[in-house]
Amino acid sequence: MKARVIVTLKNGVLDPQGKAIEGALGGLGFAGVGSVRQGKVFDIELTGSDKDAARAELTKMCEKLLANTVIENYAIEID
Amino acid sequence: MKSAVIVFPGSNRDRDMFQALELITGTRPQSVWHTESTLPDVDLVVVPGGFSYGDYLRAGAIAARSPILKDLVAKAESGVSVFGVCNGFQILAEAGLLPGALMRNAGLIYVCKEVRIETVNNATRFSSEFRKGQVWRCPVSHHDGNYFADTETLKRVEGNGQVVFRYAEGTNPNGSINDIAGVTNARGNVLGMMPHPENLVEPLHGGLDGRTLFESLLKAA
Repeated sequence: MKARVIVTLKNGVLDPQGKAIEGALGGLGFAGVGSVRQGKVFDIELTGSDKDAARAELTKMCEKLLANTVIENYAIEID
Repeated sequence: MKSAVIVFPGSNRDRDMFQALELITGTRPQSVWHTESTLPDVDLVVVPGGFSYGDYLRAGAIAARSPILKDLVAKAESGVSVFGVCNGFQILAEAGLLPGALMRNAGLIYVCKEVRIETVNNATRFSSEFRKGQVWRCPVSHHDGNYFADTETLKRVEGNGQVVFRYAEGTNPNGSINDIAGVTNARGNVLGMMPHPENLVEPLHGGLDGRTLFESLLKAA
């Protein structure tokens, strides 16, 4: 079973890297970019086939390590 | 005063910390490898600077899940002094021992320079030998030192006097909210700061300003 965890900065948390990317896109002539926020993607291969159990386990992984919930949100996708 | 320094793969300011502690307290600190399960019986545990685990995932994130952290949390809860500098601050924040988080510097560049620190609370075991409002010199060297806490946390931390050190006006090198350079837990026995007081403790360093922090700890022990 494959899972994808997406970690993004919470609203209101400044993202200087996203800002820099936004500026660089503008510099390349992409005029339609309103804003950019940078995040992280984790592709995780799981053994077992119980999706509910996997989701519970992935939630624990996010809370314990993958995200810093002081500044980040996470979303879990399971194939 | 008995002290210990925790060493992680990628720590690189641990020797500076050993030197400073031995110089000022007169006792060589014990070195504790991150995979150990218990800390020795000491008055102070230091988490030194560096780049534990290459800053993978987030600065301090993986070190904060090391085996030794369990006992560090227990020691902190029992009132032992815990002091994190630079990567040590990041690790303590990631471990939940300190409020807030350290993010990429607002200017995106690595800063390695001298700043000025204002001691805004001298009623802590880490700062008692400073005058309140004293401005002192201190080096910084980091890429992820931009302190952030949400509005509610910030209000609580400021209200409790947990902000011990601020970057003096005009010297905030990283965009830290409220110019916060060093912050304690609610109880006041755990301090994290981005600047390196251990790097300004002997004449060859070009100044002695950093000694006052260690002298405060020595007095408290």
